[in-house]
Amino acid sequence: MIRKIVLPGSLLGNIDEKKAGNGTFIEDGKIYSSRLGILEEKNDYLNVIPLSGVYEPVVGDNVIGIIQEAMRNAWLVDINASHFALLGVEESPWRVNYGETARYLKAGEMIIATVIRIDEARNIELSMKCKPCRKIEDGVIIEIQPSKIPRVIGKGASMLSVIKKYTGCWMFVAQNGRIWLKCNEEKLAYAVEAIRKIEKEAHTVGLTQRIEKMLREKNE
Amino acid sequence: MSELIKDGLRIDGRKPDELRPIKIEAGVLYRADGSCYLEWGGNKVLAAVYGPREAIPRHIQDPTKALVNARYNMASFSVKERKRPGPDRRSTEISKVTSEALENVIFTELFPRTTIDVNIEVLDAEAGTRCAGITAAAVALADAGIPMRDIPVACAAGKVDGVVVLDLSAEEDQQGDADLPIAISPRSEEILLLQMDGHLTYKEFEEALELALKGAKYVSKLQKEALMKKYKG
Repeated sequence: MIRKIVLPGSLLGNIDEKKAGNGTFIEDGKIYSSRLGILEEKNDYLNVIPLSGVYEPVVGDNVIGIIQEAMRNAWLVDINASHFALLGVEESPWRVNYGETARYLKAGEMIIATVIRIDEARNIELSMKCKPCRKIEDGVIIEIQPSKIPRVIGKGASMLSVIKKYTGCWMFVAQNGRIWLKCNEEKLAYAVEAIRKIEKEAHTVGLTQRIEKMLREKNE
Repeated sequence: MSELIKDGLRIDGRKPDELRPIKIEAGVLYRADGSCYLEWGGNKVLAAVYGPREAIPRHIQDPTKALVNARYNMASFSVKERKRPGPDRRSTEISKVTSEALENVIFTELFPRTTIDVNIEVLDAEAGTRCAGITAAAVALADAGIPMRDIPVACAAGKVDGVVVLDLSAEEDQQGDADLPIAISPRSEEILLLQMDGHLTYKEFEEALELALKGAKYVSKLQKEALMKKYKG
């Protein structure tokens, strides 16, 4: 299958035959792409999967956030999106007294949280009441382009299992482009190199095999 | 005053409807969300896009849409005589018209309370920097994954020695009769920016506009090739 790259303003189809999906817009009965990405057809819908851009939060996403500010009864969290997110004390795993938020999370500390609400004014709310949610106290966080995250995971987590198999790293991939790694130093370098390679070559075919080959050679 | 057109050819050997050589490269900066380096004749322009990101200070935020904040800046070494650094009357104006040209193609309503920052840095200048700046900024915006109706493009036409010509060079700009930079949305041919310096008759204006449109469409092709080149590898 040839993956077709489309640009903003590229003509994709006619409104009579197809439906306009994500990353598209309609003008004069025709469907155009609104951003740079890969064209995908799914049940009559034309979607454009972006190849670049900031993270767009979706309810249910697990994200790695950096605390920006401890407010009286909430934390302001940078989740790598266009807006900061809010984590209320009632959504934290602790019983926090009013004004004592900084005792639990300080500015600069990192957490895993889940997106629970987004309203039309783009107020994003987080919760730490989920299974993987926690405060991150060790390991390494690396940041990649959020649009490349699906490639790091791979089909049925194939890419992820390849990296885990050859490096023995423990990994948590958050939807907002941040990856939490825990492993010994030498293997960590391999894992980071593999992830950077995936980020760079995300749009190419047969990447999983190439990554596997690269990591196998490193291991020898 | 020296002759600007000789035997139907211009001072640098171009035909009246010929552009200067153009080179576009997308995604040159690592820390920016989107970037572009462009060479257009003697112009060297670097454009970087950051965002959409939270607008600061908060009172400038628009709860209904994103702000497009372009900043055009000429490096002090970009011209023969050292330019005093910092914004001046001219660059403030160009920043404003560029912001407005780009705002018209971006789906700003998708990102309320944010800004999209576009930094255009002119490293080397040789007439037509605003066109080069808009063209580079457009590529950088597409590279940053910002939803747009089209990739805007700019090109200038003008009049030298009574002849309508495309894409003026430095001498032609200084000694010519008129300069007409335009920015368009190439798909719909909508005009996003139109400025005129000097005098053109109505007929000459129509002719210059037609020529600039033709030039812009050619540059648009180069923009798309540059973006494709980055993502196809």
